Amino acid sequence: MAIELKMPALSPTMEEGTLAKWLVKEGDAVKSGDILAEIETDKATMEFEAVDEGTIAKIMVAEGTDGVKVGTVIAMIAGEGEDASAVEAPAKGDEARAGDAAAAQPKAGTKGDDEKPSTPEGTTPQHAETGARKLFDAAEQTGKRDPEIPEGTEMVKTTVREALRDAMAEEMRADDRVFVMGEEVAEYQGAYKVTQGLLDEFGDRRVIDTPITEYGFAGVGTGAAMGGLRPIVEFMTFNFAMQAIDHIINSAAKTNYMSGGQMRCPIVFRGPNGAASRVGAQHSQNYGPWYASVPGLIVIAPYDAADAKGLMKAAIRSEDPVVFLENELMYGRSFDVPKLDDFVLPIGKARIMRPGKDVTIVSYSIGVGVALEAAEALAGEGVDAEVIDLRTLRPLDKATVLESLKKTNRMVVVEEGWPTCSIASEIIAIAMEEGFDDLDAPVLRVTNEDVPLPYAANLEKLALVDAPRVVEAVQKVTYRV
Amino acid sequence: MAKAAARSANSEPPISNRERPEQPGRYEASKEELLEFYRQMLLIRRFEEKAGQLYGLGLIGGFCHLYIGQEAVAVGLQSGLEIGKDSVITGYRDHGHMLAYGIDPNVIMAELTGRQAGISKGKGGSMHMFSTEHRFYGGHGIVGAQVSLGAGLAFKHKYEDDGGVCLAYFGDGAANQGQVYEAFNMASLWKLPIIFVIENNQYAMGTSVNRSSAEDQLYKRGESFRIPGLQIDGMDVLACRGALEEALKWVRGGKGPIILEMKTYRYRGHSMSDPAKYRSRDEVQSMRDNSDPIERVKRELEAMGVSEAELKPIDQEIRKIVSESADFAENAPEPEPGELYTDVLVETY
Repeated sequence: MAIELKMPALSPTMEEGTLAKWLVKEGDAVKSGDILAEIETDKATMEFEAVDEGTIAKIMVAEGTDGVKVGTVIAMIAGEGEDASAVEAPAKGDEARAGDAAAAQPKAGTKGDDEKPSTPEGTTPQHAETGARKLFDAAEQTGKRDPEIPEGTEMVKTTVREALRDAMAEEMRADDRVFVMGEEVAEYQGAYKVTQGLLDEFGDRRVIDTPITEYGFAGVGTGAAMGGLRPIVEFMTFNFAMQAIDHIINSAAKTNYMSGGQMRCPIVFRGPNGAASRVGAQHSQNYGPWYASVPGLIVIAPYDAADAKGLMKAAIRSEDPVVFLENELMYGRSFDVPKLDDFVLPIGKARIMRPGKDVTIVSYSIGVGVALEAAEALAGEGVDAEVIDLRTLRPLDKATVLESLKKTNRMVVVEEGWPTCSIASEIIAIAMEEGFDDLDAPVLRVTNEDVPLPYAANLEKLALVDAPRVVEAVQKVTYRV
Repeated sequence: MAKAAARSANSEPPISNRERPEQPGRYEASKEELLEFYRQMLLIRRFEEKAGQLYGLGLIGGFCHLYIGQEAVAVGLQSGLEIGKDSVITGYRDHGHMLAYGIDPNVIMAELTGRQAGISKGKGGSMHMFSTEHRFYGGHGIVGAQVSLGAGLAFKHKYEDDGGVCLAYFGDGAANQGQVYEAFNMASLWKLPIIFVIENNQYAMGTSVNRSSAEDQLYKRGESFRIPGLQIDGMDVLACRGALEEALKWVRGGKGPIILEMKTYRYRGHSMSDPAKYRSRDEVQSMRDNSDPIERVKRELEAMGVSEAELKPIDQEIRKIVSESADFAENAPEPEPGELYTDVLVETY
């Protein structure tokens, strides 16, 4: 029986890729471990390795083909004693059958994959129904155009990843004091490719690979900021920044106050935050509420690419220390970004992603996608929801939230994070303290479950926020159930 | 066979042929220089005694760590730096390092009493004082934090190629913190211009070096990072200055960081609330009698022909400065209540 070679998923969020190069041709004998092809994703070029022995009977997808869907049969291998020339191509419609393990396993190439969190999962069922997959799908939602962007501006589809990189590059061009340091930011081009190309343009004086030593390099960055530079410190994920949180809080956040305004610390700590896909409890946590509780810090958590760019530029220019929380599941998502020479957004301003009159749904980061998806579903039920993206978690734009509440009198907060002592708790407290008279129903929060994030796909799905839960909460506050 | 046996009998590792700094000699100070060292050390001693007194009167609160006994280290080392070019960073026992860098005693004392006129507007306190003008970067309360921060300041010197060197002080206690070694690694890897100064006063709060450190010869702690170390008599101001000269030669020569272990001693407790029961009264008295850094300079000055009578005016001048700083610190107003909310952030959002 001939073996089907299928396009592998090289990261949890990969849906398609480019078959860049075949390293074998029809008739070649292959054995386990041979490299068959190079496959490009938006993040990296990966080598695709054989698992089975046999002869390449047919190449189904030519090299150079873009947009090859995960699960597509790309080649056939004839097994031992089988006549390679007699192997038939599989019938159409047979592709991407969930549960059918790919015959070959992807192998991390010399440059490229997301080493720590996104373990390639070539042999797992593709498109497993996970919580992260739902979040990722929801993150397709786009918000209403930001009024900050002038009318008539040309918009360019850009991924969040590129938007962040462009923001850093523009600020580095404008100011020699700005530099990037972190693990794998330079030669590897970024663990998540956010710093791709920066080393080439700016050299190793300004794009600096560090050893794996979060506490140490967070301190080095903070000290450099105290000395007058403007560091951007990348954490491979914010989970690892817990080792460095002493410098973020004790050294960076408190210095200006403790020195009576004499010693500033203009630094940006950035990296992915929140749940990724199937990476388990230690790599899946939202630190928004942690940092947002600290006076002296600015905390930013954007949703789309335009906000990522405009706010990253603002963060780098700020005289204050900024914690900039990105989201791994969002990196590959594309959004319209205005084509402007210098697009900078104000820190501390929320954005109305969808105007509505019946209920206010407040969220930030990837939760905004969930909120927008829920709002879409609610529209079908005749409920007109307003969706607010907080964008900045500290200082929080209370005015925008309260103004919306005044209009809708009902509110639900959506947060991809734990419920206890959360941003949601904070929004609810603000509504109680300053918006009590506007409330027609208690404010509800829709968050992840109050457990460490489990690995199993079904449990992960149960643990993470999703749109149906938001819809249910809205039905409660609008007394429709 | 015989060779192998000889080798195992002698377990000393082979001597490395790596380049090393020379063992520094004592600095040859002129009479004027030595008088200035004397003046500065005395200023620190009297200032700290006064701070201890004000603490007892309830004018200074919280933690207050005195530098009495260690004066030769800050004075000897910092006398060789260029104020405004080279940077200095230290931990919470910071009063002496500030005075040695010429920072006004009035604003330091007023910070200790928590007044508006204090160098941090009364919002930092004893452990959190800074003078960016002098490139004195604090004053840090978390043990060991200043070592990574200091590496960051050195990074800045290198990034801007400004010719400056960072002097980062920490104690024998901090020498056991993990981040110190993270900083050592990066500083050596990137050849940062930094002098790591371990002020080994022999007690990390109440725990002696021997009870806390598997390798108690702290100057060796950089070996696995290829950072050479020198052990220096920290009770001898001229030995301290001599060490600084050698360290500067090494660091300014682009050879990367160096460690100076300064063997010193604090006469007082770790902080004002420490009764120092972990060591005997005799031990302290013996250090005071035999190793006091100020008495030592006095003897050297005597040998240079400076009489007791000539030192008298200096003593009087110092007493006056210190007593004025205490008056200033006591009478300066407390911060306005509105100061509570200022300086949290630089910008308005």
